[in-house]
This record gives sequence, structure tokens and C-alpha cells, in this order.
Amino acid sequence: MYSNKLSRLVLGLYSRNAAAVSGVVVHRPAGRSMFSWAAVCKQRTLWLQRSACLEHRLTSTRSISQTTVDPDELRKFRSLASKWWDEQGEFAALHAMNDLRVPFIRDNLLNVHRSRHPGNPLSGLRILDVGCGGGLLTEPLGRLGADILGIDPVENSIGTAQLHASYDPDLRERVSYQACTLEELSAGGEEGEEGQQQRSGQFNAIVASEVVEHLADLETFAFCCGLVLKPGGSLFITTINKTNLSYALGIVVAEELLRIVPSGTHDWEKFISPVELERLLESNGFSVQSVRGMLYNPVSGAWSWCDSTDINYALHAVKVTEDPQPDPHPEEPSHTADTHS
Amino acid sequence: MHKITRATLALNGLGRCFIAEHHLSLIKIASRGLACSEHGKSDVYDVIISGGGMVGSAMACSLGQDPNLVGKKILLLEAGNKKVMDKVPDTYSTRVSSISPGSATLLSGIGAWEHITKMRCKPYKKMQVWDACSDALITFDKENLQEEMAYIVENDIVVAALTKQLDSLSDNVQVKYRSKVVRYTWPMPHQTADSIPWVQVTLANGETLQTKLLIGADGPNSMVRRELGIPTVKWNYDQSAVVAVLHLSEPTENNVAWQRFLPTGPIAMLPLSDTESSLVWSTSHRLAEELLELDEESFVDAINSAFWSNENQSELIETAGSLFRGALSAIMPSAGSPRQLPPSVAGIGPKTRVMFPLGMGHASEYIRHRVALIGDAAHRVHPLAGQGANLGFGDVACLTQLLSQTAFTGKDLGAIQHLLEYETDRQRHNLPMMAAIDLMKRLYSTNAAPAVLLRTFGLQATNMLPTLKEQIMAFASK
Repeated sequence: MYSNKLSRLVLGLYSRNAAAVSGVVVHRPAGRSMFSWAAVCKQRTLWLQRSACLEHRLTSTRSISQTTVDPDELRKFRSLASKWWDEQGEFAALHAMNDLRVPFIRDNLLNVHRSRHPGNPLSGLRILDVGCGGGLLTEPLGRLGADILGIDPVENSIGTAQLHASYDPDLRERVSYQACTLEELSAGGEEGEEGQQQRSGQFNAIVASEVVEHLADLETFAFCCGLVLKPGGSLFITTINKTNLSYALGIVVAEELLRIVPSGTHDWEKFISPVELERLLESNGFSVQSVRGMLYNPVSGAWSWCDSTDINYALHAVKVTEDPQPDPHPEEPSHTADTHS
Repeated sequence: MHKITRATLALNGLGRCFIAEHHLSLIKIASRGLACSEHGKSDVYDVIISGGGMVGSAMACSLGQDPNLVGKKILLLEAGNKKVMDKVPDTYSTRVSSISPGSATLLSGIGAWEHITKMRCKPYKKMQVWDACSDALITFDKENLQEEMAYIVENDIVVAALTKQLDSLSDNVQVKYRSKVVRYTWPMPHQTADSIPWVQVTLANGETLQTKLLIGADGPNSMVRRELGIPTVKWNYDQSAVVAVLHLSEPTENNVAWQRFLPTGPIAMLPLSDTESSLVWSTSHRLAEELLELDEESFVDAINSAFWSNENQSELIETAGSLFRGALSAIMPSAGSPRQLPPSVAGIGPKTRVMFPLGMGHASEYIRHRVALIGDAAHRVHPLAGQGANLGFGDVACLTQLLSQTAFTGKDLGAIQHLLEYETDRQRHNLPMMAAIDLMKRLYSTNAAPAVLLRTFGLQATNMLPTLKEQIMAFASK
């Protein structure tokens, strides 16, 4: 009787896989055509402002998709915006993950900055939380003394985050939120050149936790991170690896069977392996300091560190101080082309 | 610096009109939240401790000195007056506690132990417990009398030392004396848009304070516990304790704590100085009242005979006990210890005789959303093992450590997750201790032969097993 179930599970896995692949194939060109008009508009300004080499790189990545945000993902999270702060609800695993990711960020930052502020260990540091959602990670980092800006394209999530933080007087001065994308932020809005210069290179650290697996264009993401980070600033990423195991556990078990995460939260095609992510970051002027595997125990509802990065992992990279050497042959981040190893 | 133009959000135009409605209402709610918290801005505390007794004051000191909690707003509420002690009073107080080495470590960590040793406290190195119905006895000591087993300290001294320490922490911990709480308002477990997410504490003077975490240290009749509706397992022992300060007939080293189990309840003599000891005599309400009525001389006689008399012993038990003891010492000749005799009492301190009813109680939950109970508010025990204060200080140490960790990971101090850890950790320690104390009390409240035999054998056998005794002591001195 178990074999029956097992075969159904395997079948389910295959059919989902196929569906995911075809879904992406259909969706991608549509996305491209949608953005192409915007891309044309951007070209002119870009040509005026960039050195030829950098220009080439930017346009080639940008014409693939104009933004790092995927519209489907946006819709998905909009429907979940009100549920962020229910510790036992849909985002319970994210709440629990703070036990690992907050110390990971804190200790790595303390290693880099070596400041002593008892009670407020991160005080004096300016952090950007990309894809902050309801502020689940933004608030703890704010409580540790950091001056933190959370951004998320889903305005409802930002509303939830703002409301939640508004009650706590400790957070009011340190935490702020903005409904925008990383590109909008790094481009500095519509202010003049001075405003932009102030805005770029302003953060000591960027946190993108459980975010990159939802992004459409990682190359632009990494590039924008480099823009807003100060030299020597840290980039923290936690995400899901692209392995069979991560498919089985992250999607089949977590979303379909145990419902730890809402169904449809993840798209395996967008997952990225640590090696690939590392290559992408290094080509964008980062040096990866550490990669650690994370393991979720659905019974205890707790996360722990583990040696294997097969499922979830956390990564710490530092923006190298000298100007990055642009990659002469940028790789096209075509996720669909990846083999299902 | 690089500069790129603004890339529009994918669904920007579409999304704007789609969410405009929600967005507006959310902003409105957010600003309302801001406005209402703006109103009571100065009054959101990180921690409010209700009750400034030994355990509550220790909690305040302990939190106020933790490096990870620097900058947190901590408030201690005490209904009574500030208890300052410029000079140690000449006479001893009747209310004393046995402070275990574990509690002493906590108190010295928060800087209060130094004040206590400067004022006064009396260490004891040995404890002898024996049965009035047989000669069975058990003694506890550490490293052959080289180390202190515990300290007898007056409760007033502990509170005065902690008060002194709190004065030096005035930057970190605020204390409001003579402040009576009239109402607690509990937050909803899930935050809703227009409710205040904190615990609200209304004082008798009309002031309302808000806190992220409320710690209830308000004693065995805890108002916090009652208002939360936490069910409590409790029973009265039909016993009262008579306490008094005893003058010994001659000065001795006085470093032994004596406890004898009478059929009516345990009587204990705890050293205060070379010439004085503290009496804790647990007995029936009727007998306690009679003891209180007695003139001083008869009262002293009653105490001496309670420690010395053999009237409750029966020959059968005597014989069985000595046979068993003989058999044990044949197996393990070196183990065990000889019986010592307690010092005799010559008189009592003037007006020191007081009685109070005894009971035990255990809150089924130590925590709720944004609330934790510590000390007697969570658990009350019989004084026979001298563990009441120590269990409370154990709570303080455990909760401080967890809150410190919580703060260092940037979590909300009132979050249920680490409070649950506190509850599990402490119940795992407190419940076996309470069960053991309750069992002892019950086992020794009878002079029925089977029970007496059982406890006689049990006590004698335990006395012969140093490793078991060490474990008992290690557990009790935490």
C-alpha cells in the first residue's frame, strides 16, 4: 500500500515538474514583451550616463527583464499580506528562521565592524532589508540597534509592516519602510544627480532573506546591491538550493503535504544553487565569505545549521573595496536552461 | 558613482489602482496606531515586574545588570514602602530563608551578596534530619564540613541588600514604591489593527502603564495569576508554622541546621549566630495556637522536648531500625554518620513568636502571552526543605538568561517562544522538588508503623549512600 502512495508521490512530482517548466516557458516571453517598451525608454538615458563597457552589460541584462520583481510573485504575496505576524500561521517557518538568520547577520556584521554597543550591538549600521514583507526580519535587526530600511514591492505588506512597527517606540526611530523595488531605490527616485549620489553606496549591509528565489532577474539584483552598498558592505542572502531534494522537501512536502508554507509560494525553476549564486555575486564585485546549510525540522518547528547546503542555505558576501571589473561576457541568467541535476 | 534610471515596477500602473483602496485604509490604520501610541509614548516599558519582594527585586536587579538588556526600560512596582536599612537592627527577624549556593551565586552576580555578607548571614555546613518515631537519621554535608551547605539569611536583609543594589542601578531600573495595581488589561494573542498589543497596568493613582512583558512576582496570592485565570493546584496542609528567635543556653559553633520530624510536623532550628537560632515549627493549627499562648518558659520547654524527647518511639520500630542499621553498616562499615545532639534552648527573643498557615500551591501555567510568573506566584512549598526562596531565585536566573538571549537576537521580549522555554525549564526543576517536599511532609505526618518503618529504612539506607546524598544535595543547592 505504501508503494502505491509512493508512486503517486513520484508521479505527482514529475507532473508538477513538467507543469512548472512549461509554465515558465509560456510566461517568460510574455514578460519580456511587456517590459520591452520600458526598456527602450531607458536606453537613451543609459547611453548618456554609462561607460561603454558597463553599458553593454546593463542593457544586455536589462533587456531580458526590466525589473527584478516577478509580477506573478507580486500577486501571490499580495494575497498573504495580512498574515505576516501570525506566528503559528503561514509564515511560522519564517518566524522560526529568525533564530538562525538574526545571529548569522549579527555575528558576521560584528566580525566585520567590531564595535561594542552593549544592548544595541548593531547600532550605527545602516541596513537595507530587500523584500522585507511584513518586517519579520526588519524588526529584530532594528531592535538590535541598526538603522534599517525595509523595502517590498507589495504595498499591503509594507502597510502591515508599518502598522506593526508603529506600536513599538524602540522601532519607531530605527525602522522605516518603503514600498518600492531595489532598482527604484538604487536609481534614487526622481531626484537630481546629487540626490542619487547620496542614495547610492549608503548601506553597510543588505539583507535579502528568502527573496532571491522569487526574483526574475538575479543579475540586476546583484548589480543593484553593489550600487547601494558601501565599499566593504555585507550582503546576506538566505534561499533554497536547486536540487531534487529541495524540490521534494521545499515544494512537495512543505507546500503540498505539510502545508508549512502556502501552496504555490515557490517556483523550483527560480531556485539557485550556492555555486551558481556565488559565481553570479563574484562577477558583480562581491567576495563570498561563507555559505552555511540550514535545516528545518517540521516536528519541532525549529531551524538548525547543518553541513549540507542541499536544501536551504545562508550566504554572506562582502562588496570588494576596489571597483568591480565588469565581466566581458555576462552570462545570461536563463534558469530554464539549467539541467535538473 | 553609478547611476541608473528608475526601472518601473512591473505592474506599477495597474497595481496602483488595484491596491489603492487597501493601501489608503492601511495607511490610515498605521497612522492611527502611531497616534494612539504617541499618546502614551513614554509609558511603554520593556519589562514591568509586579511585586518588590525578595524574588521580584532580584529579578529587577538581574535584568538591570544584564549587558544585553542595556537601554531597556525596566520598572519595578512595589505596593509597600521602600525598605532602607541604614544599620542592621540589633535583634534578629523571625522570617528567614535558607539561601542555597546556587542562589548565593545569583545574588553575588547581581552584586547583592556582598551587601548581605556585610550586614549579616550565617552559613551552615551540615544538616541533620531525624525522626522522632525512630532513631533513623540522615546528615548532609559538603566535602567533610569544608564547604558551606547553605546560608540562613533574614528576608529583610535580602530585600535591603537588593534595594541598595537597585539604587545603584537607577539608570537601568525604575522603581515605584507605594504603587498599588488595580487592574491589568491583557492584550489579544493576535494583534488587531486597533488594539494595543501590550499589557496595560492601571495603578491606584489612575496612571496607566504599558509593557511588552509583565513579570508577576506578587507572592502566593498573586493578583497577576488570579486576573489571568491561571488554574492553581493548591491545598492547605492543616498546619501552621510557629516561628521565633531562639537564644541558645551556651555559645556553640552553631553551624548545623537541625530538623526533626514529629508526628505533628517538622521542627527546625536554623543557625543565626553563635548564640541564636531561628525556629520554624510546623504543626497543627490547634497546637500552634497553644504554643503561641504559652508563657515563655513553657514555650522553651516545649521546644527542647520536641528536639530531645523519645516519647513517640516504639520498641518494635526501634529494634527493626537498629537491626537494619546494623546490617547496613556490616555491608558498608565506613558510610553513614553518627548522631549529634542539637544545642538546648534557653530563651526566646522578645515578641518574636509568630504563626502563619502553611500550604502548597502550583500554578498550572507559569506564562501567558506577554506574562510570566516567578517565585511564590508560580509555586509555593512547605518550608521543611528550606527551598521556597531558592526556587524563586532559580526562576530569576533562568528567566534572566532567556530574556538576555532573546534581546541579543532582537526578538520581542514578550514573545511566547522563549517564555515557553522558561516554563518548561522551571517546571522540570520545580515539580520534582515540590513533589518530593510534599511526599516527605506526608510520609512524616503519621506515626503508623508501616510508614514509620518505610521512612526509617529509607532514611537509613539513603544516609549510607554518599553518591545518592550528593545528588540530592546537588539538586537542592541549584
